Amino acid sequence: MGGPHGHSLHFHAHSPLHRAPAHLKILALLGFVLVVVATPREWYWAYAGYLAVIVGVVAVSRVPVGYLLKRMVVEVPFVAFAVLIPFVAHGPRVEVLGLSLSESGLLSAWGLLAKGTLGVLASLTLAATTEAQDLLRGLERLRMPDLLVQIMGFMVRYLEVVTGELQRMRVARASRGFDARNPRHWPVLARSAGALFIRSYERGERVHLAMLSRGYTGRLPRS
Amino acid sequence: MTTPVLDVQGLAFAYPDGHQALFGVDLHVHRGERVAMLGPNGAGKTTLVLHLNGILTGGRGSVSVSGLPVTPANVPEIRRRVGIVFQDPDDQLFMGTVRADVAFGPANLGLRGAELDARVQHALEQVGMAEYADRPPHHLSFGQRRRVAVATVLAMEPEILVLDEPSSNLDPASRRELADILRSLDVTVLMVTHDLPYALELCPRSVVLSGGTIVADGSTYDVLTDDALMSAHRLELPFGFDPRSLPRSS
Repeated sequence: MGGPHGHSLHFHAHSPLHRAPAHLKILALLGFVLVVVATPREWYWAYAGYLAVIVGVVAVSRVPVGYLLKRMVVEVPFVAFAVLIPFVAHGPRVEVLGLSLSESGLLSAWGLLAKGTLGVLASLTLAATTEAQDLLRGLERLRMPDLLVQIMGFMVRYLEVVTGELQRMRVARASRGFDARNPRHWPVLARSAGALFIRSYERGERVHLAMLSRGYTGRLPRS
Repeated sequence: MTTPVLDVQGLAFAYPDGHQALFGVDLHVHRGERVAMLGPNGAGKTTLVLHLNGILTGGRGSVSVSGLPVTPANVPEIRRRVGIVFQDPDDQLFMGTVRADVAFGPANLGLRGAELDARVQHALEQVGMAEYADRPPHHLSFGQRRRVAVATVLAMEPEILVLDEPSSNLDPASRRELADILRSLDVTVLMVTHDLPYALELCPRSVVLSGGTIVADGSTYDVLTDDALMSAHRLELPFGFDPRSLPRSS
């Protein structure tokens, strides 16, 4: 549980950025990411400028830098991929610290890393300063189709229920001698995933029944 | 004789796979009554409950709520009149905050603005959860979620409150708090339960559903002390509990 407030990415504070309307923040993030992605990789000074903008925004939001850095681990798979590119790409090679690396590969890796990091940092800043409910309302104000907003709302609501269920299944498996490192036990994981899917599906049906019982007609009331 | 709040006549129902769950159920509940519905697992209790507000239809027999038959045309009004509290509060609480969840039903009825706020506030006060209005439901304890689930239905001002296993998974203190709340409400209650002491505590009258029919209907005390009836329908009192040893209030 993440305390009385919001989701696990949210950092509770009262900065101007926390108070800003969610739909404006979503638009700003979208615009920022589009500009970053469209910037040619060779314009190094522009990336320095983008980083300065993000750092400035984070400073205003009063979210601790360490808090954001810890959550940037989601980027690790992309970093690993970026590090590999200079070794496998073709074209003229350059010597760096005794390693023969592809020049175009280095440039691609730089582009991927720079754009990825800026995007992740900007998204995390939005997540840290905006409650899930406000994000949904922001998307609603931006005319996102009602059904999509509803689906996202249910995802936010039931994420914890489903992970709790997954956790209980894991404990129950382990209590009966299951060992995830033993490949002979792996088929059990597939069956657990199937069971979780069925349970979630059935819960979905029960939730729908409960909604119908309170007069649901296909639209969530605005509150 | 006044019109019963709940009037079920000859209700029979088979699921599409051919499994027949109800074989002609007759049940009348009058205004202000608190009735317990007892019965073993698989007796058809949930099937019957889902007929009361028109989620399931299409079998034989009829269901009326305060004289209004459950038909597709009447479903919106029927669902206002019959408030069902489901067993798992996580199924019932699906909005982001307690307030939004309690507002869901009355907002579907068309209430808006100050009237809606007042309805929500009153329902939350009835279950003692007003101070939690802005919390997300999944951050509440299980007992608190059960109480909010009751509030979501009370906010629709139902004529009959149908509770599916209201005491399940509650610790004894939460169980008693819920009993106090249910007693304080001025509403007709049909309570589906395996918790026989809870039925005796809250409901003067009990019906036993077994094998898809009502096999007993009488005072809860008489039902629970009829040993032959109890054992014939897989009903058992918890260890050490004897209704005869309790002082009889009614």
